[in-house]
Parts: sequence; structure tokens; C-alpha cells
Amino acid sequence: MRIAVIKYNAGNIRSVHIALEHLGIDPIITDNPTEILQADKVIFPGVGEASSAMKYLKERKLDTLITSLKQPVLGICLGLQLMCNFSEEANTSCMQIFDTQVKLFPPEQKVPHMGWNTITELKGLLFKNISDGAYVYFVHSFAAELCNAQIAVTNYIYPFAAALQKNNFFALQFHPEKSGQIGEQILKNFIDLKG
Amino acid sequence: MLTKRIIPCLDIKDGQTVKGVKFINIRQAGDPVELGRKYAEAGADELTFLDITATIEQRSTFAELVEKIAQNINIPFTVGGGIKNVDDVARLLDAGADKITINSAAVRNPGIIDALAGRFGSQCVVLAVDCKQHASGSRVYLDGGRTQTERETQSWVKETVDRGAGEILLTSMDHDGTKNGFAIEITRAISELVSVPVIASGGAGTCQHFVDIFKKGKADAALAASIFHFGEINIPDLKIYLKNKNIPVRIK
Repeated sequence: MRIAVIKYNAGNIRSVHIALEHLGIDPIITDNPTEILQADKVIFPGVGEASSAMKYLKERKLDTLITSLKQPVLGICLGLQLMCNFSEEANTSCMQIFDTQVKLFPPEQKVPHMGWNTITELKGLLFKNISDGAYVYFVHSFAAELCNAQIAVTNYIYPFAAALQKNNFFALQFHPEKSGQIGEQILKNFIDLKG
Repeated sequence: MLTKRIIPCLDIKDGQTVKGVKFINIRQAGDPVELGRKYAEAGADELTFLDITATIEQRSTFAELVEKIAQNINIPFTVGGGIKNVDDVARLLDAGADKITINSAAVRNPGIIDALAGRFGSQCVVLAVDCKQHASGSRVYLDGGRTQTERETQSWVKETVDRGAGEILLTSMDHDGTKNGFAIEITRAISELVSVPVIASGGAGTCQHFVDIFKKGKADAALAASIFHFGEINIPDLKIYLKNKNIPVRIK
């Protein structure tokens, strides 16, 4: 199976690469549109700042490429946020795949939300064999509001969308590649999805 | 609910965990990868690896080790020790580390915090502070505690967070190695002062010490070395103890 991991100016994709290798996948790390289009599945990772990431993607027309993809796509962390309508981070217009917006956590507790937290109200094949209340690892200061597309909910200060799905587009706010065996299972579930 | 993190810390010299430590139930006592994996399996929430060697050749050995750790451990890990500049950090992050800790170099050149946060993001910049209580207040120390500075601990931590540090690793030299408990007052003061998570370090001796640092010290995470390495406390038991005291923890 050919899995493309989209390479752009947003952070370290090394651990995603390693996690895929553990599942027997040798991913193509690329920003080449043809390679992305021809892949069986696409992973859109990211750690960093929303506006500079969107600017970079737009300059290379990767934003319209991603929204046009028909194969399963998995956004991770900043990837999830960029797939929503809008992010409060530098008031950035995003790709509008998921009909929700991304907001900064209020300073009532520590920001970023960093560490292990539970995912609940799990829906769909991405969470096959994952129990409600499983722990996964988060590092983020912005979070997507609850919406129709949510397939997992996490509570920090308030409940937010820990995972989203619309048609072939999936996204996780947490880092499956850093979430031990639970994270490995979620990545495996994505790989096992029928294209 | 976000859980409190338990972080074992491993000191590394020449690519091996420091000798003289009796590890329980581990055949390859000196292998940091093996030991890290055992801790991850036991339910450690993150790992920290500190390079206590100094020379440049040894530091490249450490980068190779970081690569091996990244390939074998699927929970977050932080590395540090001897980081002097942005290139050192780039090398360690490229090798697969999730976060780096910086200490002396940040005090000598605070601008490095801005540079690291700007280039790699605050989430991977852990500011380590070694502090000691004086009659006039808490002071920051450098070089593994050998060099005293005139920096007041709270004002230094505040400055580093303003510059972009994403997390604080606070070690109280008054408590480190005593096994009499963590430094509750300074940890609480720092935790209330800054918006980023605070990891308390130094002084862990019993499970109750962890309860105290989370409840009274308001720490977000607690780091310890010898009590875990010597098997005086094992992580699954510690987590159950904490859970029974109503502290949110991840039980595997």
C-alpha cells in the first residue's frame, strides 16, 4: 500500500514516519501533487502555527489538492485544525472540510493542553477495537468546537472535538504516533480502511 | 480529564545509562533503549534522557542514541544536556526527540529561547531550571548546580515563558537526592506564575511525595530517577496509589 505523508513547513514528521514503519508501511514523504494523488492513502500531519502553514500550502496549491482528494486522508494535530473552517490562531481561513472552527483555550487552566487525556463518544472504523475512555497524547493550544463531524470527544476546560470525520476525510487532534499501543491501533485502523 | 504525568529520567554517558545503578529485572541494565521501553510498558507517561557527557564526539553518540530511542519508544520523550545552540537542537529533533531541555545556555544567552520557539515551536522547548533557596530568595544555578547566578528563580522562569518556553522543568537543589519530598512551595509559586505546564523534579522518596507535589505543589508532572531505577517505587503501584488519592492518572 502506498501511503503519502504530506511534507510542508509544519514540524517534525519523523515520528509519524517511524510509527508507519512499525506497521510495515514505508511511506512516501512528499509535497509532489502527483505522488499525493496517486497514493492509496494520505496523511496530513503538522505541528506549528496555522497561518504560516496555510500560507505555505496555498502558495503550492496543496490546500485545493487536499480538499479534492478521494482516497482516505488523515489529518493529525495542526492538520486537523487546518481542515476546519477557520482558526483563531492569527485569524486564519482554513480548508473548510469540517464545518467547525478552531478556538484558543481560555487561560483558566494550563495552555497548552499537554499530556494524556481520554477520548470518548467514539464513532466509526477509525476507533475499531479502541475502548471508550482510552488515553491518548495531546499537545495543543487551539481546539475544534464540537460539531456534526466529531467522532471523538475530549474534555479539557470544555469538551472539544478530539477527532473528526466527513466522507473520506479523517482527523485527530492528538498524536497517535506518540500514544503508545492505542495510537498504534488507531493508525492501523486507518491503514486498514477500504479505499 | 487531563492526567498528571510521571516521568522517569535517565542519565546517559557514552550512550549508556550511568553505571552504579542497580536496575531491577532488567538484563541489559546499561541499555537506555531497553530501559526506556520497560518504563513505557510499565506506564511511564513520558521519558527524559539527559546526556551528562561533555565532549563533541560523545554528543554525536547521543544523537545516534536518540535515533534508536525514537525507533523503539512510542510515547513522548525529551532529551537534553549540553545543548548550546540551535544546531544542537535541530540535530536532536531530527533524530526523533519530541522535546529538548535547555538550561545553562539559556541563562547565558536568553535569546536562544526565542530562536528555538520561533524555529521549532514552543511545544518542544522545555526550560530546565536548577534552583536553590537563599535567605534573600530562590536563585538559579548553572552547570549542573556548580555555578550560582544572581537570577531570582521566579523572575527568570517568567522571562523564559515570555520568550517562548513551552514547559518548565523545575529542580530544587535543596531537595534533589534527599528523598524527603519535592519542593512544594517554589513549585506551587512557579505553577501559579506561568501559564505553561510545570514538571517538578528532585526529592521523590515515597508515593505520598507525588500526591503532595500534585495536590499542594500544583505540578502538572513529576520527574524522578533513582527511586524508579532502584525499584523502590514501581510505576504501576505509584499510579494506583495516586488514583486512590483522587489524582487523575493514566492507568494502562
